[in-house]
Amino acid sequence: MLSLNDIRPGGRVRIRRHLSTGAVRQRLLDLGLMPNAVVTVVRSAPLNDPIELKLDASNVSLRRREARTIEVSPLEADAAEPDHV
Amino acid sequence: MSEPRSEQPHRKDVQVALAGQQNAGKSTLFNVLTGARQHVANYPGVTVDKKHGQYSDDLGTVYTVDLPGTYSLTSFSLEERVAREFLLGERPDVTVNVVDASNLRRSLHLTLQLLELELPLVLALNMMDVAASRGIQVDKDLLARRLGLAVVTTVGRKGEGREALRQAIRGVEDGATATERPHPAAVVRYGALEPAIEQLMARFATEPRLSDLPRRWLALQLLQGDTAAVQLLAERLGDDAARPLRETAGRFIDAFETAAGIEVSDHVVSCRDQAVERLLKGAVQGAGNGRPSLTERIDRFVLNRWAAPFFLVATVFAIYQVSIVWGYEITTYTWPLLAKARELIAGLLPGADFLVDPYTRSLGLWLVDSANTLLNYVPIFLILFAAIAIIEDSGYMARIAFILDKILHRFGLHGQSTLPLILGGVFAGGCAVPGVMATKGIPDTRARMATIFTVPFMNCLAKVPLYTLLLGIFFVEHKSLMLFYISTMTIVFALLVAKLLTKTVLRGQETSPFVMELPHYHLPTVTGVLRRSFERTWQYIKKVGTVVLAVAVVVFALLHLPGLSAERKAHYEAEAQAAVERFAAALEGNTYRDVALGGNLVPLVRYFTDYKRAKLNATGAAGSARVTERFQARNADFYPLVKPPAGDRDARKAWRELRKLARARQGLRKDMREERIRTSLLGTIGRGLEPVTQLAGFDWKINIALLSSFAARESSVATLGVLFQQDEDQNATLEERMGAETRAGGATALLAVSMILFFALYPPCLATTIMVKVQTGSYQWMLFAIVFPTLLGLGVASAVYSIGTAVGATGIQAMSAVYWGAVALLLVVGLVSDRQASRRLRARLAET
Ligand SMILES: Nc1nc2c(ncn2[C@@H]2O[C@H](COP(=O)(O)OP(=O)(O)OP(=O)(O)O)[C@@H](O)[C@H]2O)c(=O)[nH]1
Ligand SMILES: [Mg+2]
Repeated sequence: MLSLNDIRPGGRVRIRRHLSTGAVRQRLLDLGLMPNAVVTVVRSAPLNDPIELKLDASNVSLRRREARTIEVSPLEADAAEPDHV
Repeated sequence: MSEPRSEQPHRKDVQVALAGQQNAGKSTLFNVLTGARQHVANYPGVTVDKKHGQYSDDLGTVYTVDLPGTYSLTSFSLEERVAREFLLGERPDVTVNVVDASNLRRSLHLTLQLLELELPLVLALNMMDVAASRGIQVDKDLLARRLGLAVVTTVGRKGEGREALRQAIRGVEDGATATERPHPAAVVRYGALEPAIEQLMARFATEPRLSDLPRRWLALQLLQGDTAAVQLLAERLGDDAARPLRETAGRFIDAFETAAGIEVSDHVVSCRDQAVERLLKGAVQGAGNGRPSLTERIDRFVLNRWAAPFFLVATVFAIYQVSIVWGYEITTYTWPLLAKARELIAGLLPGADFLVDPYTRSLGLWLVDSANTLLNYVPIFLILFAAIAIIEDSGYMARIAFILDKILHRFGLHGQSTLPLILGGVFAGGCAVPGVMATKGIPDTRARMATIFTVPFMNCLAKVPLYTLLLGIFFVEHKSLMLFYISTMTIVFALLVAKLLTKTVLRGQETSPFVMELPHYHLPTVTGVLRRSFERTWQYIKKVGTVVLAVAVVVFALLHLPGLSAERKAHYEAEAQAAVERFAAALEGNTYRDVALGGNLVPLVRYFTDYKRAKLNATGAAGSARVTERFQARNADFYPLVKPPAGDRDARKAWRELRKLARARQGLRKDMREERIRTSLLGTIGRGLEPVTQLAGFDWKINIALLSSFAARESSVATLGVLFQQDEDQNATLEERMGAETRAGGATALLAVSMILFFALYPPCLATTIMVKVQTGSYQWMLFAIVFPTLLGLGVASAVYSIGTAVGATGIQAMSAVYWGAVALLLVVGLVSDRQASRRLRARLAET
C-alpha cells in the first residue's frame, strides 16, 4: 500500500485511511486530512523532512514519520470515483 | 461565575466567550471588542492563557473571554481541554465562534461541534478581506438561515464589524432561552450511528444528575471513546452507575465498527464533513481559483531547498544587527539618562562619610545600580521583541520551524522550539524569561520540557558583560575567535543537553507529532507588533521591579552581615584618626588650615574625590571647563585645594597633603570592605565552597560573584566589581583592576575559560526559575532546573580546568578543544540517533 511518504512533490493523492491512533490521528483529521480528502504534496523541507501538503485552502506540514502512517492512492487511478462517498 | 453581575433589572451584564480555530483572529477580535482602553488581564496558566477583558454597551457590561485556539473539541490536547471545560463549566451567555472566512470548509467543523454543545452562538466570519482577495464570495444570509445563527462579517485587522458583532451578541443573548437547542437544519446526522446515539440519549434523559449536559454531545463523546467524557460521567454518577453506560457504549462501538469497517471517530468526522459541504453548497463561491496565491509564490522562494538556509541566516542576522548592534548604540544615548538618575538619587541619599558610609546610602546605590544594569537593556528588548513579533505575525516563524524541525527533532526538541531559543538569545542577547514563556506554544510535552531546560543555556543579555570582561582581560589577541566560540557554543550545548535529558529524565513524557499549519503570509500590523513588543518588554521590567530588587536586598544583606567586629572597627578608626592627624600636623601654619580642618574635613575629602572623578569623566576642553565652573560654584573656598592656583605655595602643599589623605582613606576603605566581605555570610559560604570549586579554579571571590549572579546574571559583574573594587574616585576599569589582581593571584586564561564554561551552563537566574515553575507547574522541575545545570557546569569547568592545568594548556587551546569536542559529539549523537530512529520506525511499520 502506498503511503503519503512515498509521494513526490507535485503528486496529488486521495487519502485512504490512517494507521495512527489517538491524538495524532485526531490532529490529522482536524487539519483536514480526512479519509477521501484530496491532498497535494507541495515540497519537502530543505533537509527532506518534514513535508508540506496543500489541502483545500490551507497548507499543512507534517513529519515523514507521520506521513508514513497515512495510506493514500494516487489520484489518476482514482479519477472515476465520485468526489465523496 | 466569579464575575460580578449587576443587580439592576434593566441593566444586564453578560459573559461572552470567543472560540475558534487557531489563527482565526480571536485575539484580534477580542482587542477590537474590548478596545485598547479596557482593562485586559493576563492569567498565565500552565500551558495556555485565557484572556479576560470587558466592554460596556447601553445594556451593561460584557465580560469577554478569549479562549485558546482549538481545531476541534476533543480532549487530546491541553488547549482543547481548557476551552472545552470553560464552555461546558461556565456556560457563557454567548459564544462567538470566530472563523476564517477564507477557509470555511475546515472552520465549520468546530462550529458544528459548538452547536452540539448547545451553546448560544454567533458566527463571526473573520478575514473577509483575505477571502475577497482570493475571489471567495460568502453568502452570509444563506449561511445564517441554514445554521439558524446570527452571522456577522468582520475584518479584525481593520476593526471592521465591531458594532454588528456587539449587536449580534446582544441579539442572541435576548433570545437565549428560545434558541436553547440548535437549529434542526444544523444538527449533523450520523447515519448508522444514530440508533446508538438515540438510545444513549434516552438513558441519559432518565438521569437527573446529567440534566445540565448536552445529551447528544455526551452520547457522541462516549461513542468516540473520549476519556474526559468518560471521566465526567463517572464524576457525576459515581463509578457504579457510570459503568453500565460505558459498557453499553462499548458494545455500540464494537457493533458499529464491525458492521461499518471504520472507526467511530472517522465516521463522525466524515459525517461532519459532509454536513459542512451541504451547508456551504451555494453559499460559498470561487474557492480555489487555481491561480497560485501570493503565499505560494513567496514560499517557492523562501522554502526553496537552496535559498531557504540563506533566507534563514539572513533573517537571524537582520534581527541580530537591528536589535543587538543598533540597540546597543541606542543604549549609549539612554545610559546617560540612567546615570543621571543615579546621580540624582545619590544626591538625595545621605552623603559618604570618611570611613563608613551610612547603610541607607550604600543600600540605596546598590539597588539603583542593580535596576540600572537591567533597565539599560530596555531599548534592545523593545527592538528585539518587535523584530520577533514581525516574524511571528508575518507567518515566517512557522516556516523557520518547518526548516529546522529535522535538526531540532533529532535532539529531542521541536521545530517550534526555535522561537523560545531565539528569544533566549541563541547568538547573543536575549532573555530566558520570555524564552521560557514562549515554550507554551510547543504541542509536544517532552520537547517542550526539553526546550524549557535548554533555553537558559542561551546567551542572555546579562551573560554578555561577564564574557566581555573576561575576554577583555585574558583574550585580547583571540577576541574574535573566542566571540565566535561563545556565541555558537550555546546551541551546541543546548542540543546535547536536550538529547541527554530526552534520553533520561524526560523519557516518560508525552510526545506528539509535528503537524502544523503553515499560515498564509500577512503584513504585520503596527499596533499588533508594538503591543507584543511592549508586553514582552514589560514582563522583563516587572522582573527588575520585583524579583531582582528583592534578591538584591538579600544579597546586600548577606554581603554586609554580620559586619566587622567592634575591635576591628576600632582598629580602622584609629588608623583613620592617625591619617587625619598627620594631615593636620602637615598643615600647621598653612593659610588654608582653617578651610581644611574642623567640620570641613569630610566635605573637603568628598569634594576632592568628586572633583577628580568629574575631571576624568569630562570630555573635551568644554566639558572640563564646565566641571571647573561647577566646582567653583559648589565651594569657592575648597577650590584652591583641589586646583592650586599657580604660584600659591600654601595651596600646593595643602593639595599634596590632601591627596595623601584621600589615598590613605581609600586604602583603608578598601581593606575594610574586603575584610567585611570575607567575613560576611556570603563570604563564609564562598570560602566554604572553595574546596569543591578549586577544581574549577574558582576562589572565594569568584564563588561569591557566581552565587550572587543567581539573583540576576548582571550582578556577577557588579559583584566582581565590588570585590575588586577600589575607591570612589578610581577610574581604572574593572578589567584593569581585576586583571591586575587576579594575575597577581596567579590567575590564567585557563581560569577564564573555566568561568566562561561554568557561566554558560550555570542555572537560570531566579526570575527564570520562577518562570520554569509556572510553565512546568511543578516545584520539582524547578529544583531540577537549578540543580542539574549547577552540577553540569561545575563538572565541565572542573574537568577543563584540572585537565588543562595538568597538560599545561593555554586558555585558547582549552576552549578550542572543548568547543570542537562538543561539535564532534554533536555530530556523532545526531548521526546515531538518526539511524536508530529509522530502524525503530521500520520495525513499527512492519508490525501494522
Ligand atoms: N487579513 C486579515 N488578517 C487578520 C484578520 N484578523 C486577524 N488577522 C491576523 O491573523 C493573525 C492571527 O490573529 P490572532 O488574533 O492572533 O488569531 P487567534 O485566533 O487569536 O490565534 P490563536 O490564539 O493562535 O488561536 C494575526 O496576524 C492577525 O493580524 C482579518 O480580518 N484580516
Ligand atoms: Mg489568540
